[in-house]
Amino acid sequence: MIAVGEPAPDFTLRNQDGEEVSLADFKGRKVLLVFYPLDFSPVCSDQLSIYQEVKPEISEKGVELIGISIDSAYAHKAFQEKLGIDTTLLSDFEPKGEVARAYGSYIDGAGIANRTLVLVDEEGKVAWTHESPNPGEFPGANVIFDALS
Amino acid sequence: MADLSSASIPPVGPDDHVRGMGEEGLIVYADLGCPRCAGAWQRLNERPGRLVFRHFPVKSKHPRSPALHAAAEAAGLQGRFFEMADSLYADRGRTDDPHLWERAERFGLDLDRFQADRRAERTEARIRRDFQSGIRAGVAGTPAVFDACTLVAVREREF
Repeated sequence: MIAVGEPAPDFTLRNQDGEEVSLADFKGRKVLLVFYPLDFSPVCSDQLSIYQEVKPEISEKGVELIGISIDSAYAHKAFQEKLGIDTTLLSDFEPKGEVARAYGSYIDGAGIANRTLVLVDEEGKVAWTHESPNPGEFPGANVIFDALS
Repeated sequence: MADLSSASIPPVGPDDHVRGMGEEGLIVYADLGCPRCAGAWQRLNERPGRLVFRHFPVKSKHPRSPALHAAAEAAGLQGRFFEMADSLYADRGRTDDPHLWERAERFGLDLDRFQADRRAERTEARIRRDFQSGIRAGVAGTPAVFDACTLVAVREREF
């Protein structure tokens, strides 16, 4: 897992609409990167749904919420529509999991990212991280607000 | 701005929705639009002791949930909270507004008052208060069942 205080590795990935999004685009703002295993899986569905419900409160803290998984942009679009969420979802598709690897979130052998939260501060440094003990568990939104308080 | 940082669930209060008697029992954070909650509802009600219902609607996953929780809350203001909750879980295919009105009439509610109450800001605030207390306690899916202040039941899934 990437260490707090390190520069957050920059990346450019496509979002659910096929548009390129770079971490550098958010310079001067806080970003919460939510690495998750797979679109449409039960736990990921619950996680992103719950986070959507508190997205206004996360925004009030000046934080942009971004999900990242190894799924394609097309899958992200369908997943976003199925869940009724508007959280930006980025496709870490090719090279597969490259960004997750850069943040130390990728699970070799499983082919997916672990469920990991990374808060990047206004200067592009890692301010806080949380890694679930396994992909079947996700941190409640309270953990995010603990980190932001 | 609401404080959503970690905190234990609040103790049972006078405006909680409580079924059964006694000091011992379960507190459940549930979504009235959630099929898993519907499946668990009967089993929860078969247990001895007190059952406390707290609102945890996840709108993005179940778009009708806010309306269903508001209807239950409005029914509760006329003393029929659990009748409405039971009915919504028992008949998940009939949750449009006319179905809610039909239930309100069947339970003998003042329909005008029911309509006003379910759209009232205080009703939304009451539901949001429960939801936020669940968020602060780490509720990450429904139903989430607490014994006293300890989470005792979650669903196990691979991912």
